[in-house]
Amino acid sequence: MILILFVSIVLVAALVSSFSKNDSRMATYITLLSSIITLGLSVHIALDIVFSSSHTIVAIADWVALNALGALILLLVSFVYFTASIFSIGYMRFEKPGSFRTYYINFNLFVFSMLIIPLIQEPNSVWIAVELTTLFSVLLVGFENTSAAIEAAWKYIVLTIMGAAIALLGFLILYWAARQVGIEHYTWDSLLIAAPYMSPVLLKASFVFILVGFGAKVGLVPLHTWLPDAHSQAPSPVCALLSGVETTAILYVILRLLPIVAAASAVDVNTWLIVVGLISVGSAAFLLLQVKDFKRLFAFSTVEHMGIILVAFGLGGNLAHIAAILQIIGHAITKSFAFYAAGGVLLLMGTREISKVRGLIRKSPVSAIALLLGGLAIAGAPPFALFLSEFSIIKAGLFKGEYITVGLLVIFIAIAFFAIMNHVSRMVFGRDDAKSSIDNKSYSLPISSKITFAIAFIPIIAFGLYIPEVLYKLTILAAATVGGW
Amino acid sequence: MQVLQSTTPLITNLNALAGGLFIISAFGIVATRQIRASLNFFIIQSLLLASSAFLLGIEPFSLDLFAVGGINIITKVWFMPMLLKRMVKEEIYTRREVTQVFNIPTSLILALILTILAYFISLPWIQTQRVLSIIHVNVPVGLAGLFLGAYTLVARREAVPQLLGLLAMENGAFFAGVAIAPDLPLIAELALAFDILMLTFVIGILTRTVNEHIGTTSVGTLSELKEGVKK
Repeated sequence: MILILFVSIVLVAALVSSFSKNDSRMATYITLLSSIITLGLSVHIALDIVFSSSHTIVAIADWVALNALGALILLLVSFVYFTASIFSIGYMRFEKPGSFRTYYINFNLFVFSMLIIPLIQEPNSVWIAVELTTLFSVLLVGFENTSAAIEAAWKYIVLTIMGAAIALLGFLILYWAARQVGIEHYTWDSLLIAAPYMSPVLLKASFVFILVGFGAKVGLVPLHTWLPDAHSQAPSPVCALLSGVETTAILYVILRLLPIVAAASAVDVNTWLIVVGLISVGSAAFLLLQVKDFKRLFAFSTVEHMGIILVAFGLGGNLAHIAAILQIIGHAITKSFAFYAAGGVLLLMGTREISKVRGLIRKSPVSAIALLLGGLAIAGAPPFALFLSEFSIIKAGLFKGEYITVGLLVIFIAIAFFAIMNHVSRMVFGRDDAKSSIDNKSYSLPISSKITFAIAFIPIIAFGLYIPEVLYKLTILAAATVGGW
Repeated sequence: MQVLQSTTPLITNLNALAGGLFIISAFGIVATRQIRASLNFFIIQSLLLASSAFLLGIEPFSLDLFAVGGINIITKVWFMPMLLKRMVKEEIYTRREVTQVFNIPTSLILALILTILAYFISLPWIQTQRVLSIIHVNVPVGLAGLFLGAYTLVARREAVPQLLGLLAMENGAFFAGVAIAPDLPLIAELALAFDILMLTFVIGILTRTVNEHIGTTSVGTLSELKEGVKK
């Protein structure tokens, strides 16, 4: 019951936003309120799952239920929803004061579509939920209505629908394979039970189609080309949602499928995951070196991190799986923070170009420090959350004896680290050339942005030093749902 | 426990005919230069998908498949072309598109290779079905439809043909789908069709906005966002 209540809150927020006026700020506060309740409830649900004996919550049998991995996704989406709602206050007041209604309807619906993905148990309906995320986010990507934003939205929708069509055939083949063995209730769980009897050929085919199709939405190379465009042109709070949690929510679908395919013998999924993952990490690392736009910098880093996560799952075994889940958590919280920092810089400087932002530390210490910390944290420097998880992945890989994979991974991560820090440090400390120092206007961030920095940064540093017992339990439970024990 | 599909020879043959024509219409979408002609081929393809759904729904009787066919006719044969005609200017609509990535003969050869590839990829899949049935026609044809739609998307540079490529991919997936998942709960299919409609609408809006902003629907020239040297 609590699950139904949980998602309906966001839906109510969207409904109320649709009744508010475009120039009234009511929608802002309704959304903030809804995000606080959502975050609170998702913590409650996660605790329920950790401490219940079955580690699942069932709302409607065979349709709506939640397992540990799903609870983790809910937690991450709710957290970024909360911080993005705060950041939106300042963003909307400065950039788009006249479109509150349009923005908040789509904003809430987009979050709603992400929240239902882990709740739905029937695979074909999950496909629909994934399509809803595209539908509701495309207007947000094109929200600023510049020709670049429209171009980004166009590329986004064309490539993701192409992926959706490919994934659709994958889901139909999955259903075909299930029909051959005669499954009564078609859910993820029943698929897992029936998997050993299902045709390995069909399972393999459906996995390839879904990996390629949804890989387009996750941002796996070579169907990643829309991602830096969309993630750089969207409003910054939306970027945080798109990059931080939307990719993760879609990845969840692939992770649900993983144990099903692995259960059918004679299918070696792990090698594919490692190959696809390494290609993504490698391409992203080299593309990071030559970016010109600091929001694209963080967007490419999403491609890199999705690749790292896939490699970690590909390594197999419980150590690697726990590390991969930690990486998912670390990426979601860190990437959203990085986009808030970038959004702050964009608000202040009015440009996305790296070369035009120099000596930020002298102009706006707050946003400069946020950007520096965001850059360090996303690049994987200690003592932040991503350092811990990347270190665990490498350790798990060495433990397994996958020296080539780990070696390549370390090289790519190092290149990405160098690329990100090179750009960020030049923006923060670089010498001002005469051109940009003419304007002596005072740079001040909206107070809501500063609050967002503070709140969003807490988990990054906290989880880098110490992972709370309960969260670690949830991580282990989530890793167990992906299998490989 | 295998669910058998016992179809009469007449229905099997008619379905095979629909499958053959489906492939030809997919080639038509690839090979025609004029947007109007592409759209007509797309309408024919959607009709063929609907007829395959109707044929397979007769024996054993399946309301779901009839619904799929009906939804397909309403959205893709009637509503979609109407929407496109309304949104895109007449001048663009009848113009002969010259900005293709490859010329027509090369395109056709590539499309042929993709079709053969689709057959060989789907061969091991259909061998999992022990009984000879309509799956042997629909799965390779559907996969080929998917591939050709993707090829259209890559090779064409105008907004409307790209949109048709996307929808043709969806057609291909469903052409296989009506054979391999005929008892999929109807609610899912309704939502799927609804989805396509909504997405089309969104793309339609975008087409118009792209038109306003850049003065053309040739999305192949969209290259403001990329790495490297800026203008």
